[in-house]
Order: sequence, then C-alpha cells, then structure tokens
Amino acid sequence: MKVSYFPGCTLKTTAKELDAYTRASAKALGVTLEEIENWQCCGGVFTTANDEIATKLSSIRALTEANAKEQPLVSVCSACHNVIKQTNRAMQTDADFAFRVNNYMRMQSDTYTEYHGEARVMHFLELLRDEIGFDKVAAAVKNSLKGKKIAAYYGCLLLRPGKTMQMDDVENPRIIEDLIRALGAEPVIYASRNECCGGYVALDSPDSAAKQSRKVLDGAISAGADLIVTACPLCRYNLIKNGKSDIPVVYFTELLAEALGVKETEDAQ
Amino acid sequence: MHNKDNVTERVLRISGVNARRCMKCGKCSASCPSYDEMEYHPHQFVYMVESGDVEPLLNSRSIYKCLTCFACVDRCPRGVEPVKLVEAIRLEVIREQGANHLRADDVPAKIDEDVPQQLLVSAFRKYAK
Amino acid sequence: MPRIGVFVCWCGSNIAGTVDVSTVSEAVKNEQGVVFSTNYQYMCSQSGQDIIKNAIRKHNLTGIVVCSCSPRMHEATFRKTAAAAGLNPYMVEIANIREQCSWVHKDMLTGTQKAIVLTKAAIAKVNLNSPLTPGESPVTKRALVIGGGIAGIQTALDIADAGFPVDIVETKPTIGGKMAQLDKTFPTLDCAACILTPKMVDAAQNDKIRIYSYSEVEEVNGFVGNFDVKIRRKARYVKEELCTGCGLCTEKCPQKKVPNEFNMGMDNRRAIYIPFAQAVPKVATIDADYCTMLKTGKCGVCSKVCTAGAIDYKQKDEIITERYGAIVAATGFNPISMDKFDEYAYSQSKDVITSLEFERLTNAAGPTAGKLLRPSDGKHPHTVVFVQCVGSRCAAAEKGKEYCSKICCMYTAKHAMLIRDKYPDVEVYVFYIDVRTPGKNFDEFYRRAVEEYGVHYIKGMVGKVSPEGDVLKVQASDLIANKQLHIDADLVVLAAAIEPDKSARSLATMLTASMDTNDFFTEAHPKLRPVESPTAGVFLSGACQGPKDIPETVSQAGAAASKVIGLLAKDKLIGNPCIAHSDEMMCNGCSSCERVCPYGAITYVNKEFRMPDRTTLVRRVASVNEAVCQGCGACTVACPSGAMDLRGFTAQQIMSEVDAICK
Repeated sequence: MKVSYFPGCTLKTTAKELDAYTRASAKALGVTLEEIENWQCCGGVFTTANDEIATKLSSIRALTEANAKEQPLVSVCSACHNVIKQTNRAMQTDADFAFRVNNYMRMQSDTYTEYHGEARVMHFLELLRDEIGFDKVAAAVKNSLKGKKIAAYYGCLLLRPGKTMQMDDVENPRIIEDLIRALGAEPVIYASRNECCGGYVALDSPDSAAKQSRKVLDGAISAGADLIVTACPLCRYNLIKNGKSDIPVVYFTELLAEALGVKETEDAQ
Repeated sequence: MHNKDNVTERVLRISGVNARRCMKCGKCSASCPSYDEMEYHPHQFVYMVESGDVEPLLNSRSIYKCLTCFACVDRCPRGVEPVKLVEAIRLEVIREQGANHLRADDVPAKIDEDVPQQLLVSAFRKYAK
Repeated sequence: MPRIGVFVCWCGSNIAGTVDVSTVSEAVKNEQGVVFSTNYQYMCSQSGQDIIKNAIRKHNLTGIVVCSCSPRMHEATFRKTAAAAGLNPYMVEIANIREQCSWVHKDMLTGTQKAIVLTKAAIAKVNLNSPLTPGESPVTKRALVIGGGIAGIQTALDIADAGFPVDIVETKPTIGGKMAQLDKTFPTLDCAACILTPKMVDAAQNDKIRIYSYSEVEEVNGFVGNFDVKIRRKARYVKEELCTGCGLCTEKCPQKKVPNEFNMGMDNRRAIYIPFAQAVPKVATIDADYCTMLKTGKCGVCSKVCTAGAIDYKQKDEIITERYGAIVAATGFNPISMDKFDEYAYSQSKDVITSLEFERLTNAAGPTAGKLLRPSDGKHPHTVVFVQCVGSRCAAAEKGKEYCSKICCMYTAKHAMLIRDKYPDVEVYVFYIDVRTPGKNFDEFYRRAVEEYGVHYIKGMVGKVSPEGDVLKVQASDLIANKQLHIDADLVVLAAAIEPDKSARSLATMLTASMDTNDFFTEAHPKLRPVESPTAGVFLSGACQGPKDIPETVSQAGAAASKVIGLLAKDKLIGNPCIAHSDEMMCNGCSSCERVCPYGAITYVNKEFRMPDRTTLVRRVASVNEAVCQGCGACTVACPSGAMDLRGFTAQQIMSEVDAICK
C-alpha cells in the first residue's frame, strides 16, 4: 500500500533515526511512504485560536496534496500528527475557518480545489494497527523482543484532544502496548504514561518540564520497565535530559525495526 | 493599553469558548499538570474571563506555564475547553508589538546540542509572534 | 342553519395583554353562522361559564367557539358547560389564542390579527360540526406491573389492597430490585433488607398478587381497559412449584466460577443459584450460560441432589397471554458504565469501585460479610475518597448524562458516615461540585456526616486517579483553598450517574408510551399528571420516570396505584367519539389504512352491496373497531380514495379551517 508521508522538521535533523527506522519498518511491512513534496514544518503546536490561519497552512498544503493523491496522510512524530489532525478537524467542523483557508489557498494557486477535511490523517501507529494489523506485524517479527519489559509513553499529543485524535481511549490507551506485545515483549502499565512530558515549556521553565518528566520516568521505573518507548522527539528529549540515564528512552520504530530485523540494514541508515 | 471590554470580547471570540457553560466543578484545575506553576489556575481563567476580569491574567506569568496538553479539554464535563482561553489571553499579550515572551537572542543560552527543532518551533509559536 | 356563539376570553392579562379582545369579538360578528359574540375576563370561571350557558339558551345556539387557552387545559370544561345548557359537547370548538398566539407574540396588532384568524378558522369548522356520542368499552379488572423493584412491589401491594388482582412481571429470578442490594437507607439508616423483605413477603403471600419472576413482557396489544399482553416465562430449568428453596443444589453445583451479579461481580456464585437468602420466590434458577449439563449434557449434579425432583433440564420458555385493564411501568434504573471515565481508573484498579459496589461491600450479606476490605488485597483501607457526579451533569452525551442523578449526594453522605461510624481510623474525603440535599431531614443528614462524623467534604472534582503500587494517587481540586490536592487513597468510590434500565426503550415501543431523550418515560403532565403516561391506561412508577430515591419512589408507586384503582373501579370507559369511520361506498379495499393503523383497529370484511340494477356484489371493505380506534387519523391520510374520515376532524372541516386562515 502507498501512503503520503509527512516526516516533519525534527526527523530530518536530531531525530533522523526515527525517520530511518520508520521507513525501514514500513518497507519491511510492504508499505510505501511517499514523502509530501516540499513539505513545510507543522509548527510543532496547534494554535487553538480560531482567527489564525497562517499557522495552519503548512498542514493544509500537506493535507490537500495527500487528498489529491487519494492517499492517507501518515506521520510518525506525535506533534506533527497532532497539528495536522487538529487542522483537518477544523476544516471539517469550522465552516468559517475552512472558508478563509480555501480563499487564501485559491489565491496561491489556480489549480487549488476546495478542501473540507476529506483526507484521512493517520499516525504510523494507526497504520500498523488498522491497515497492516498487529497480527501481521507479529507474524513478520524476526527477532522477538521476548523478555523485555517495556513502558509505552504516549505523552499528551498522540491522544488529546480525544474527540479529535480518536486514536485510542485517552485515559487508558493500549495501542503501543499492543504493538509491544506483537513484538514479543511485555508492556508495563503505569499511570503517568499519558501525562505531558513538559513539552515546549522546557525552554522557558526547565524546572517545570523536569518535574513533569520525572513523574513519567519514576512511574515507568517503579512499574519495573527496562525501557521506555515514545513516538515524539520532544518527549524523548525531555525524558532523556531529566532521566540522567536511569532508563533508556527510544522511539517505538526503533523497536519495530529491531524486531523486524531491519535495524542494521541499509534502509535504516 | 488594553481596552478591558474589548479584550474580554476578543478573547471569547478567538477562543470560541462559552465560559457560561462552566459549572465550577474545578475538574480542569484538578487535571492540570502545571497547576503549581500557575498563579491563576485553569478554572480561574474561565471564571475571570466570564466576569470580564482579564487584566490580571494578561499580566500573569501563568499564561506561559500552560503545556497545552488538552487534559482540561478532555475531562471538562461541560465542554468548556479552558486551554483555549489561556491561549487566547497569551496571544492577546504577544500579538502586541514588542511583547514577545521569547526572543531569538535569548535562545542560545537556553539550549544544549540535543535540543530537537520541534522544541524551538513550538516555543516560538507559543511565546512569540 | 347553524347558530354560532363566540366567546373571547381575556385570561386576565395573559391574552388581553397582547390581544385586543374586544376587536376580536367585534371582528367575527358577521362571520357565517355567528349570531352572538362577546368577551369576558375569565371564561373558565363560574360566571364566564354562565355567560356561555345563558347565551346558548337565549340565542338557541347550535355551536360555540371559545377563544381561550390550549384545548388541553379547558376543552373538557367548556364541553361540560355546553352539555349543561343542552348543547352536544362536540359542538364546541376552542380557538387557542393564548399558547399559540398571545404568549408567543409581543406586538398587540400582530397578536390581535392572528387571534381573529384563529377564531375565524374555528368558526368555519364549527359550522360543519355534527353532534357526536361517545361509545363505551368494558374494563378488565386486573393490573399488570412491569418491574419488581420497590416501585413495582409497592404499586402492586396498593392495587391489591383495593381488592384488584395484579401481576408483577420481573426479569430477574427474584423481586426486590436495586433496593435489595442496598445496605442501609438514608436518612434514617435503617437496613434496606429489614424494610424491603417484609414487603416482598407481603407481595408473595397476597392472594391478589401473582409474581411472574424470570419473565419478560413480549407483546402488548389493545387499549386502556383491555390490554392483551404476552409474557415470556423464561426457562429457569427448575419447576417453580416443586422447588422448596432448600439451596442444596446451589451448594453442590460444581460450576463455581460464575460472576455473582447480586454482589456486582465482586464474588462468584454457582451455575444454579438463588440470588439471595430472602429471594421471592425462593426458587433456584439455572444459568444456562454457565451450566455444564445444559451446555455439554454432562453433569446433572443438581438433579441428583434435589430431593423435590424440581430440576428439569428440558424446560422451555413459556408464553402466557393475559388481559389487563391497566399497565404500570416500573422498570427502574442502572448505574451507567464507567468505560468513558477511565481518568478515575475504574478499569485499571479493583480498588476503584462504584457506589452500588460499595453497598455490597458494606452489606453483611455481601462478599466481605460487611467488613470494609479492599477488593484487590482484602486489606483494611485507611483513606477512602468519594467522587461525586461521575457522569452526571455531563454535557458530553457520548460520555455521561446531562441531568443530576439526584440520589448520589445522599447515599454518599450515608456511605461516608457508615465508614466513619464503624472505622473511626479511616479518613474519608468527598469531592463534590454542589451538595444537593433537598428532602425531609436530608440536609441535616449531610451536615451530620460533616459535623459529627468528621467527613472531609471538599468542593472540587477529582482530575485523575493513578494506581501506583498499592495506592491510588488522587489528584483533585480544592476550589475553596484554591489548591490542587494529592491524596494517597486506598479505596476510591465513584458516584456513577444513573440511567433508565435498557428494557425501558423496547417496552415504551410496545406500550406506545413516550420517552424523553434520556429514555425516561414521559409523564402526561410534568406537574399535574406526574404518574400517568400520555398513553391512556399506562402509568409510571419509580425511577423509570426520572431519578428518584426510595421515599419518592414509594410515594409515586402509591400515586400510580391510586390512578390504576380509579381506572379499575369503573365498569365502563367512555370512549372518544372522534374516531375513524369508513365510507363503504368509496372504499376500494386496498388495505392501506389497515397497514398504517398503530392500534390494529381496522379489519377488512366482505360485504354484500345491492347494485342499482338489483344485482348484488360482494366487496372487501374496511371496518373500524370503534373501541380500539384512538382517533390518531393516520388512516385518513393513507386512504387513497378518501373513504376514511375522522369524526370531529373530517377532511372537509380541516379544509374549511385552512381556507378561513388563508382567506
């Protein structure tokens, strides 16, 4: 299957491995990721103010391109996924916003066709669960991760706002745990797995972010995890920075690539 | 600097929040991970906007402490979405010329080599215009 | 020639405030047939009615139009007035110039003009009215109560007490309902079983009451006074008349792993079971989902140990049909699912429970024999947190309920008090949005929890419950202290919103009884007819009509019973003469009317017609059962040939009204 792929800024810089493992795993599972042409940074956070359209246009451009190709738009970074999905939802539900966006986009291009959130926006995890199926993923595992106790860290952006993201039960998610099981490892459940890591506040109030991250780390460690997986480069940064090498934090696609036996291949470099 | 009535009206308009729906249960503040960092708490944002008392919020550092984690949105039994008020008030401040909370010159001192791009773009989007 | 009188009511300022009543009475003076027109302050008052009566007599009126409030309010009044003056009551028409005119307009000119138009329409109609005489139907002197909780039991006892036979249909193996699961009852703290079980026994021993336990209503036909009801008696695989309730089978059954619903799944029962010691009827029931014998044909232990020979693995569901004069819905409530509120970790920790589970946990007959022990490890808790309004007052329809569940404030005060009374070492916190305790001795009760028992009431909600190790970390708001609280709790109790039992919706369809958006049965009038459904002969008892505590349920049960008794005491019911009739000469026998009739009032008959050439022709034509027809008019719309018409609302009358309005 072919899908449109929005990697995002961090996957081209400090989180290159997140991108590489995602591509290698997708290839191993028979999915072609077609990178959006000339994609622009999503902005990292969705602006909830409904009088702003400029901050949402990069998402619109990616969405309309995917829509024109009749492909789902897949991203792997939690933040990109969140911004794109919230923007898409606004196009579906906020007629005034959609009107202004469509007017603006028409000014930019004569060939632009009116858009109202028709594209399907998927996180790579949803692609694995809903399109490929965790049973197929399990069947493709070459190096089982049996014996590893892994804590899934969702953070906030993958799941919230639940009404828009619709990925999983916001308060008691299981999608990453199910993936961990599919890879042969044992998921560790802990309460702070859907709490915010501190996010962008790390720049302005590092102490506040440290407190948030510590809560997550302590939760995972005291629940007996050997490893934390996440989908978000900023989550990973905050956890590592405040984790003082207490526990390794890796992207879920690294685990996936490892289990599928493609971690060391050329595709993943 | 800010016309009081206009600010409240603008905040309500750009946030799209109907503060009157609030039944003052405090579940937003009970859910807020940044509660202790904030001088005014999520339920107070809703109450103060509803009663037109926005000035103290504009001048409070609380507006930079919200993590935009949407816990208050998901858990509010009345669909009030307090995070949107916090954001609208922050925008009301930083949209003024020269009122950016984060300046490019300040960044080098705040970062290390592992900082992901995502952190920088997010922080600029939240703190500067 | 019709001689019509018009009577315009001011209704104080209700109508006269927005409608110039003199202009109205003046404006219609020259309408066709009108020979008299006047206005008066309160037409429904004694002197107003005298004006009508005198005018009927003095002017030999053949029809009257009263311009007043909705016919729902005073149509009956004015019909009686007309009858008293010797006029057929169906020669009265009401022009609703209050609800549909003065109340919805602000401008006097607009209001007056509309009132005139509405009056002209009513005059046009009454010109075509003809006198009608209602028929009569008999009343079957037996009532059906659907649901055997405290509401149903009390209703049945009160009906039986008046001497009428009554049947209770209960879907569970025993009557008793939710009240049987409760420990103590507020505000007096008497034990629920101690006050409920005597009533259960009374019901069982009353020779006027039949209890169909483990049974469901399958089909309802007929109408007030004559409902034909099919009841499915589900196979319990035990002969009710032979079983002595000794309980030996329930001790010997090898299938021990069946979640015990009576204890809210907190312990297990056997596949053959008696729900609780005081069950009525005290008869065993085999749970076919778990019984090894029924599933595989191998076991038969219960049959071997039963000395009464009551076990019957071949038993089948049985359908019985019975006729009733009145039906009472008493289907009760359930707590909502906690699936959408997992911030409280209900699905993540055994030590997060609902209030109904807590009732079982403090009940001497419950899974812990009444000792307060944590479900996870059986340890004594030291800190207990109660969360109010879980799913109540919740605007998100996909998660909870917008209404207040009404009973939670009081039962939580009770729970908190019971804990502090038995275990003074336990700290108890109650997180609330508002404490709502309007009821006799209710607020005093809540204050006792605070002042005498030292329960910590905190204004604010809980945001999240995090199970960590063997504690539950509770993060909450204290809005008065303006603080975020973090409490390490051992047990968290959620006051789940309540909702009508799921069976209510299909029952409402069978009864053609209306429901609100929350699936509570709608009453005929929220203030003045609170225990009657708008469907004649159907009455409402208990929480199926709205959230209710026990005192309110029992009062409502008694009120419903008195309405039933009032109905059953009549020998005949005066029907509504405004019913359908078919012009046989025009009927083409197409069956359209039969198909749309919701009451099954139309049948087709073969009838001989004498033709002009003196031959006879047999044609198939519609025939309306006048006792069954409710006058809804569906058939008149469906009839393609115009043969079907509704008395009192003929097509010609309606068209003349429309013409008068459009003129």
